[in-house]
Amino acid sequence: MAAEDARIEQTMAQSDIAISVRGIRNSFGDQIVHDGLDLDVRKGEILGVVGGSGTGKSVLMRAIIGLQTPDEGEIHVFGESMVGRLDDEALAIRKRWGVLFQGGALFSTLTVAENVEVPIREYYPNIGAELRDEIAAYKIRMTGLPAEAGPKYPSELSGGMKKRAGLARALALDPDLLFLDEPTAGLDPIGAAAFDEQTRQLQQTLGLTVFLITHDLDTLYSICDRVAVLADKKVIAVGTIDELLATDHPWIQEYFNGPRGRAATAAVARHHDREQDRAAQTPPDGRQ
Amino acid sequence: MNKAADLAEEMRDDGTVIRLSGSLAVACLHDLPSRLDAVQGPVSAIDLSGVEHIDTIGAWTVHRTAKRLNSPITGGRDDTMRLIEAVGALDEPVAIRPDHVPAVTRIVSQIGEAVSTAGSTMLGLLGFFGGTLVAAWSVIRHPSRFRVNAVVQRFEVVGVSALGIIGLMSFLIGIVIAQQGSVQLRQFGMEMLTINLVGRLTFRELGVLMTAIMVAGRSGSAFAAQLGTMKLTEEVDAMRTIGVSPMEALVLPRTLAVVIMMPLLGFYASIMAVIGGGFLCAIALDIPPITFVQRLREVVPITDLWVGLIKAPVFGLIIAISGCFQGMQVKGNAEEVGLRTTAAVVQAIFLVIVLDAIFAVFFTWLGWN
Repeated sequence: MAAEDARIEQTMAQSDIAISVRGIRNSFGDQIVHDGLDLDVRKGEILGVVGGSGTGKSVLMRAIIGLQTPDEGEIHVFGESMVGRLDDEALAIRKRWGVLFQGGALFSTLTVAENVEVPIREYYPNIGAELRDEIAAYKIRMTGLPAEAGPKYPSELSGGMKKRAGLARALALDPDLLFLDEPTAGLDPIGAAAFDEQTRQLQQTLGLTVFLITHDLDTLYSICDRVAVLADKKVIAVGTIDELLATDHPWIQEYFNGPRGRAATAAVARHHDREQDRAAQTPPDGRQ
Repeated sequence: MNKAADLAEEMRDDGTVIRLSGSLAVACLHDLPSRLDAVQGPVSAIDLSGVEHIDTIGAWTVHRTAKRLNSPITGGRDDTMRLIEAVGALDEPVAIRPDHVPAVTRIVSQIGEAVSTAGSTMLGLLGFFGGTLVAAWSVIRHPSRFRVNAVVQRFEVVGVSALGIIGLMSFLIGIVIAQQGSVQLRQFGMEMLTINLVGRLTFRELGVLMTAIMVAGRSGSAFAAQLGTMKLTEEVDAMRTIGVSPMEALVLPRTLAVVIMMPLLGFYASIMAVIGGGFLCAIALDIPPITFVQRLREVVPITDLWVGLIKAPVFGLIIAISGCFQGMQVKGNAEEVGLRTTAAVVQAIFLVIVLDAIFAVFFTWLGWN
């Protein structure tokens, strides 16, 4: 029985992994960014990736999505090897992910709505123009953009709106996997919190797996299921924030226990208190 | 999970029931949206009990059909119904493109816009020229602000690096003029006049003109693209806030470099063209090089050289100013950089040719024939 359980658990674990990175080595000339890096992203989780500047968070993302070929190592996305695959071979996998680049990377000659339509047009030409327009419309609304943003060009948008438009495009094909590269960088705290909330909501509604690169401690605390820490050319730790706090790596300690880390912890604690207060004020039968 | 989406219609007493089955995910929809569009009412219900998997695009397809046929959605699993409800809540018209303008209005407005743009560009160019002069004057008053390194660096990029291509181009043009000229002049037995043709034409006109066109293509475009990109990345704004004048730091060194390099390149081009002409004369017309040079000295007046050398810095000024001006006009997106670069080259070459014509009249009036 025990052996069978272990086997079932193993196959479960196998199918439970969305991205598996093994022994990746990335370098630019003499400069080695990653060396022997391993990482697993589980299906349906939001994995936060943190690390100091220059530790290769974006490079890791680019390697996974095939924009950068690693020198060594294996990358599997949904069980399919991605290293050395030709573009058209990996097409089936490409359709299953959406990427939000740091600056939004919207096509500057297309309107926001047309940007959202590009992946649909490219991958599913059988979807008619009318339906495509409607899909673009609800995607725009889904990411919290106002309806007026549709016919605007990227140069007419604010930074936060560009991010949302980029998210709408990343979500155009209902991907299973979403890559977000510093989604809240450059947003004001209110906008950033709203963006986090949006990400969480979309993740829950659509059952997304999210690979989230961030510097934002609030994002880590409020929406990430697990956090992976990049340092010394490797992933030095993966786990919930509590698990990470239990490790004694100096960088991790400094990161989460520095003044900003403590502030974020305090903010989460305050938030919990408020929730509890509210729960206490509500009568047991749930009516107010 | 990846079973293709399908649809079946079932007639009942109270109307048709549409039964959807399979996976309503975008990858499995295939022609389902158009088949749903073809369904005509009255439809009493859309039944989703056979649906195994759904994503938002599938949910939207169901929602729009239900809305069009005004029929209830039944039988879906909880999460399916929630997703359809969530997507339906986002149903609000969103414009995809800016409003469409009728063709006539568009053409008229485009013509008007082009005219007013041309006017304002000319004014802007003139203003920019003035700005450059002001910057030059302030640098003359404060010579310590003069950026020697920047200018010398531009000398290399604009001048030295261009020697190869301009030399080759001029050499070939010399050959072409001599060859075409000799064919015509042979009819009159005046092949020796080929030397006049090559000498006078290259020193007076073609040497400098072709150089100007090449420099406009090489450096004028580069200036526009460089400054345009710097504008986009806010480098120019950063410069201003630090108290560095972009006119002094960016425009003046480039302008100065081109103004100084143009006469040198123009003279070099004329010499290369003459060598090309001499080469052809020696090969095809049996005129020995020594005779060619001697004859050249007799027929080409020194004023021809002056004509070329006076025009060159003026052409250089136009090229540099249009390049920098167009670059500084960039705002918005990357496409603008491309448009402005094209505009810089076209504008520079056009203005150079217009000015060349004015110069021709002017020098004739001076009696430098």
